[in-house]
Amino acid sequence: MHKKKIFSRESVYFHFFISPWFLGFLIFTLWPIIQSIYISSTDWEMQLNVAPKFIGMANYKNLLFNDELFWISLKNTFYYAFGSVPLGLILALILALLLNQKLRGITIFRTIFYLPSVISGVAVALLWVWIFNPQFGIVNAILAKLGLPTPGWLTDPAWAMPALIIMSLWGVGGSMLIFLAGLQGIPTEFYEAAEIDGAKLWAKFRYITLPMLSPTIFFNLVMGIIGSFQIFTNVYIMTSGGPGTATLVYVLYLFQNAFLYFKMGYASAMAWILFVIILTLTLLVIKSSAFWVYYETEVKR
Amino acid sequence: MKRRIIQVIFGYLLLIPFAILFLIPFLWSISTALKPLNQAFLFPPQWIPKPVMWENFVKGWKAAPFGRFFLNTTIITVLAVLGTVLSSSIVAYGFARLESFDKNILFILLLSTMMLPGQVTMIPIYILFKNLGWLNTFLPLIVPSWFGGGAFNIFLFRQFFLTIPKEFDDAAKVDGAGYFTIFWRIILPLSKPVLITITIFSIIYHWNDFLNPLIYLDKLEKFTIAIGLRYFQDNYQATYINLMMAVSLIALLPILILFLVAQRFFIKGIVLSGLKG
Repeated sequence: MHKKKIFSRESVYFHFFISPWFLGFLIFTLWPIIQSIYISSTDWEMQLNVAPKFIGMANYKNLLFNDELFWISLKNTFYYAFGSVPLGLILALILALLLNQKLRGITIFRTIFYLPSVISGVAVALLWVWIFNPQFGIVNAILAKLGLPTPGWLTDPAWAMPALIIMSLWGVGGSMLIFLAGLQGIPTEFYEAAEIDGAKLWAKFRYITLPMLSPTIFFNLVMGIIGSFQIFTNVYIMTSGGPGTATLVYVLYLFQNAFLYFKMGYASAMAWILFVIILTLTLLVIKSSAFWVYYETEVKR
Repeated sequence: MKRRIIQVIFGYLLLIPFAILFLIPFLWSISTALKPLNQAFLFPPQWIPKPVMWENFVKGWKAAPFGRFFLNTTIITVLAVLGTVLSSSIVAYGFARLESFDKNILFILLLSTMMLPGQVTMIPIYILFKNLGWLNTFLPLIVPSWFGGGAFNIFLFRQFFLTIPKEFDDAAKVDGAGYFTIFWRIILPLSKPVLITITIFSIIYHWNDFLNPLIYLDKLEKFTIAIGLRYFQDNYQATYINLMMAVSLIALLPILILFLVAQRFFIKGIVLSGLKG
């Protein structure tokens, strides 16, 4: 009620301190959101320097009903996400379990597993192109030695996506460390009590480790989904979406529309669809978490 | 006792194969980088370069203006990281320590911006910078960092600031310190772990960033390492894989060194972001 109280001296200072973020929010988030909604409803070939032409929902309609590449890119992205996220979680969990032992030199192993996740980007993508080289790469050399078939990897439409998924596994170090921290937070009394009751290794894992770790799994799952749907650099460098359209992922196709064909309206519509997809998937995971995520404070019946 | 020995052996037996798998890509690129060209194209591949071609690193470095690329990337990274750390910590101080009637609403707003994928704002921001005439300058890669430095970093700083006892602030207030002095002289020096962690992750982000330089820079003399490597790939890869591996390793070197020097802060940061998120 008292104006004086609302805009106290402290409140003024509060606004002063948060002003960098708030200005940034207005300039780099709120205004672009409004712009993006508008642009997505226009036909705008920026290269031609013509004004955007309002076309309502036509971009969305064209994407959903007339654009085969849109659906291909969506399918490819789901393929990548549903391959890399579960496999990544399993591998990260296995490595974390292995690191959660009292062994000499365990920190060296931790460093080895974690390091690749730090060095992402173009240099790493280039390295993997060479690793997957069908003729001279190390993967096929090892496979040949074992007498296994040697696919064309990045040059073979059927194997390009699996190659990208395999590569993504090299970067599980981050989620591995989060799992490790989660494992180390499980009270040892739980295991001791279970051992007294005669629980075997698997039972302990299934009924203590997994439930206690479920909030961590939940976090890694959500982050993994969000990250995998936005994969770009590796695909751009390693396959450019090829061979054919085998690895044309969503953000790559969006990028091509925006900065290759300069179809800004079309690309903006794609961005909003991506937002809806990521939001939906995240909400689905959050909804489902009621059934499988256990928090310490609650008692499950 | 016997059971413990079996456990230890079993532990290593499982760890070592994984470690080898994780190391192979590194070893393979180092091996290739040191080979003469004809040896790189042998099947089955040989691991030991013969002769060892240290000059590949020099040749690769000179095949494109990598000195320029390194300098550009360093300038961008330093200025962007400085902006990120300063602005996100200042904002976080406001959220952690000061009261205002609209604080909660603004904080929820801050958190909700994390849900928005960058692709949504990418195009309007590009158009904004284009209209400002900032294409082919470093400004689009630096300036946004000075406006809050990212919601997630603000969040991490705030979480840490909340753990610092308020008595420190009160004592300083009694001595006549203002809010900014408290932030600069007391809160920030007490927050070294999170400060270093955010600095490190921010360095890595800007050093590795590919999409933004790709969009904003298309003059060779403005290139960063990331798009410089891409340029190198377009021009030399098929023929000079050994040089390609050499320059890739050079590009990774600063991050590798940073990692080995500050590993514990990396680990702290990952755990911090994971458990509090």
